[in-house]
Amino acid sequence: MWRRSASFVLDKHQNNKPISLTPSIDSPPPHSMADENSNPNPISAYYQTRAAHHGIVTSDWLEQAQAAVRRYPERDYSVSPGRPFSVIEEFNNWRQQPDLAEAVAAIRALAAVIRASEATTMMELEIELKKASDTLKSWDTTSISLTAGCDLFMRYVTRTSALEFEDFNSAKSRVLSRAEKFGEISCKARKIIAVLSQDFIFDGCTILVHGFSRVVFEILKMAAQNKKLFRVLCTEGRPDKTGVLLANELAKLDVPVKLLIDSAVAYSMDEVDMVFVGADGVVESGGVINMMGTYQIALVAHSMNKPVYVAAESYKFARLYPLDQKDLEPALRPIDFDVPVPPKVEVERSARDYTPPQYLTLLFTDLGVLTPSVVSDELIQLYL
Amino acid sequence: MDPRRVPLAVPKVRRVGFFTSIEPTPEPQRPNRSQSGPVEAATSSSPLSDSPSGNFISPVQIPPSRHHSDNLTSRAAPVPVPGPAAFRRHLAHDRSLHVGSYNPADSLLGTSPPSSNGELSEDSGSLFGFQRSDSAKLSSSFPNGGFDLTMAVRAPQEFESKIATVPASEGRKKTAEVSGKSESAVTTKAQKEKEQKSLKEKTTKAERRAIQEAQRAAKAAAKGEGSRRVDDSGRAKPGKATKQPQVKKEGLPVTSSVSEKKTVVVEKEKRMDVPQTQMQYDDKSRVEKAKKRAVVEQTESKNKVELFLHLPQYERGNQLPNLSSNIFTLDTIHHAVYKVGLQHLAGDISGDNARCIAMLQAFQEAIKDYTTPPMKDLTMDLTAKINGYVSFLIECRPLSMSMGNAIRFLKNQIRKLPVELSVSEAKASLCSDIGRFIEEKIVTADKVIVKHAVTKIRDGEVVLTYGFSCVVEMILLYAHEIGRKFRVVIVDSRPNLEGQRLLRRLVSRGLDCTYTHINAISYIMRDATRVFLGASSIFSNGTLYSRVGTACVAMVANAFSVPVIVCCEAYKFHERVLLDSICSNELGDPDAIANIPSRANMKRSKTMENNKNLQFLNLMYDSTPSEYISMIVTDYGMIPPTSIPVIVREYRREHLLL
Repeated sequence: MWRRSASFVLDKHQNNKPISLTPSIDSPPPHSMADENSNPNPISAYYQTRAAHHGIVTSDWLEQAQAAVRRYPERDYSVSPGRPFSVIEEFNNWRQQPDLAEAVAAIRALAAVIRASEATTMMELEIELKKASDTLKSWDTTSISLTAGCDLFMRYVTRTSALEFEDFNSAKSRVLSRAEKFGEISCKARKIIAVLSQDFIFDGCTILVHGFSRVVFEILKMAAQNKKLFRVLCTEGRPDKTGVLLANELAKLDVPVKLLIDSAVAYSMDEVDMVFVGADGVVESGGVINMMGTYQIALVAHSMNKPVYVAAESYKFARLYPLDQKDLEPALRPIDFDVPVPPKVEVERSARDYTPPQYLTLLFTDLGVLTPSVVSDELIQLYL
Repeated sequence: MDPRRVPLAVPKVRRVGFFTSIEPTPEPQRPNRSQSGPVEAATSSSPLSDSPSGNFISPVQIPPSRHHSDNLTSRAAPVPVPGPAAFRRHLAHDRSLHVGSYNPADSLLGTSPPSSNGELSEDSGSLFGFQRSDSAKLSSSFPNGGFDLTMAVRAPQEFESKIATVPASEGRKKTAEVSGKSESAVTTKAQKEKEQKSLKEKTTKAERRAIQEAQRAAKAAAKGEGSRRVDDSGRAKPGKATKQPQVKKEGLPVTSSVSEKKTVVVEKEKRMDVPQTQMQYDDKSRVEKAKKRAVVEQTESKNKVELFLHLPQYERGNQLPNLSSNIFTLDTIHHAVYKVGLQHLAGDISGDNARCIAMLQAFQEAIKDYTTPPMKDLTMDLTAKINGYVSFLIECRPLSMSMGNAIRFLKNQIRKLPVELSVSEAKASLCSDIGRFIEEKIVTADKVIVKHAVTKIRDGEVVLTYGFSCVVEMILLYAHEIGRKFRVVIVDSRPNLEGQRLLRRLVSRGLDCTYTHINAISYIMRDATRVFLGASSIFSNGTLYSRVGTACVAMVANAFSVPVIVCCEAYKFHERVLLDSICSNELGDPDAIANIPSRANMKRSKTMENNKNLQFLNLMYDSTPSEYISMIVTDYGMIPPTSIPVIVREYRREHLLL
């Protein structure tokens, strides 16, 4: 079994093989624990029967992604002149790109709105843009990053001296270039965060992750590419098994990974060095809204004095201020209990929870590594 | 994203807190009181000038590259930016830099020859009251201190005699020129400087001590000279640096030259930038002085609680009739201001917003009736007038923080008046400015707060509130109006029982209310789902300064994990930091807590009055640490208590300009 000692990991690794230059020929991780499908561990009969009911399905995320990528280059940017331009369509087009966040897709779509706009005055353009962003926001009211991304885009694009240009065309091109720049920045955000967070991952550390966050995955991937030696504990991430997906991806990168059920967080917290989570949205208090279970992980980590790091792009900063869990618009999702839910029994179907700032240590954003209280600072500067 | 974020190809490391500018900071040099140059440099690079009052520096700075090469060690991380390790090292580096940049400033107070420093504070304390916060004044007066030192080292005795023989008129002239022209009788400037340098090189600790001993002896001799001379030497003596600006103000003839006037204005501006300290009422000499000027004659109460001796406490209620009788006979105070003052004194107007609005409206009246006396400048004379009014109001009741902010705003408006405006135009502009302040910062702000806060009241909520806050009342009424179903718990406390007013208003509008006293707070908090509190002021560290009892409510709410929402207009934010509720507070009428209305007062008087072992403490305010506050609703939206300095920093300038 794993020991906590960091040196153990190092020794083991060095014994196996002197440091090689290419990660592709790395030896498989010392334990096959990572691969859930071939779980050799003897487990109790009770849980075995339960496991048989579940049967963990690891859908191949990568294949999906590649399929999506294949679809992507065929898309043409130009909008056919005859057809009325629809921001939702544009948004959905962009959204199909697997590694593009929803907010970035929205930002791209809004930029396309400017491009396709036939407005002749700045005011008209602004109204058009406003309408488009409102449509986008109403398209999915539960998505925080979508709303925040649209709002930020509007702030960024319209708060410019371009509006004082006399010539409309030059003003428009200015706005457009700003829009594209913003899209670029948002696109790069994940890379920047990954770079910033590298120094927090030290050799031999154990990282607990919750859910499948693309930013967290980017961080871990970069750390693996930088030949950092660490291992990852993945929570299962019921009900959509996102943790299993992440474990699968990490195993492909030869990162030692171990899957936990969601309720085993406290059990394994003492061997964890840090907790990494993503975020659906970062709110004004500096707390985060994220997949269900983040709050309890943060609570456990806080009580055991483990740092909790949140990786979130700055376009997820939202002007919300929830006071407690029920203060949010609930994002419901179907939950499959695999057994029929008895009648008269209620099911809690909320998909996310709110983690107050006092349980978070640091936020890794593309603006830098921030303490939770700086989020409000940034938001005030952005919006007021 | 705002424009300063645009070139964000490389991530940057935020540097939080104080940081030095890129150019090399001045080397930590030896404390040198005699040269004004280093002092200036030190104060300009000290963090004081980086504070909101100074020029704004963006908190995000890409660290200079020299740090990279210095600090990134053998671990060749493949990152283009300094990671946290380097970042930490930066901080450490910064700290060491700070030592350098702090040092000269520090040394002025801390590490300069100890005895001279002690002397300075000592005699200024004994004679004129030591003014702690007037650091600008202090540092501006240092050149003289240096002069003193050199003189003393040359020949203390001779120096003393010279000082004593300087005629009074010359002394006055000299102080007016703030060491600009040194006395020709003593030495030339060049010589002096040479001497200073040599002094700096030569003196050891023992020598310096000897010098100061001599100096002290000289001073003692001067005191013995006699009353007439003490006055003169007191003026001429540079050791009493803190006194000088005041002396100048009083000593200047009315028809002074233009240049002198200008220096006075500069001095005034400087003084205005420095946050004023409250008068310490345990400082006997200053209290005596203040009493002479006072319009309202108040008798101090006898038994005061030792910890709160620095706060004013008077016996109440006996002087009101004769004060109100001479409302129209008094000519120094405008009758509108006088009326407001008496209303404050009698407690007819309570509540921060109401007091502030009443005060501003009275000022408006006063400005309308104001005429500039001949040969005087409107800006200066009006400021002096307002100062008089303010000190009168303070006599009636200590100002709240928000009133202080409003006054500061008004004074700034007066100061910024264009010179070419005629008197009537200036008056009109000031009146409209005041009106706009009331409208924008108080009335509209309240509306915005209500709009924000009402989103936090959902159906089925139990809202707990403490005392009476007009913003909270507006929120509750509005939430009721738009059809939210919620219950209100009003917690009240003796002796003011302000909650009853709120209760009456809410019940008459048909809200479901529970009324209880603060004694039951831990019981009633179980029911509550939200706590709404008003504020008198919020300080930079997020500390809430509010009606006494608020801290207790907030702490109990925190223990029951009920979110505490504070509603406060942004004009009440204060850039100072408050740590406890002792330094800054207000004492109410001690009789208010001694008297129990239902009992017979006859019995009480025998046992309680004039009992030396019995003191009544009726505190008006307390401070709530920021960790008990979940959210602050202000006119700029809903913010965490950690963001108060951001608001203060970002909006102070605008607030002043408005």
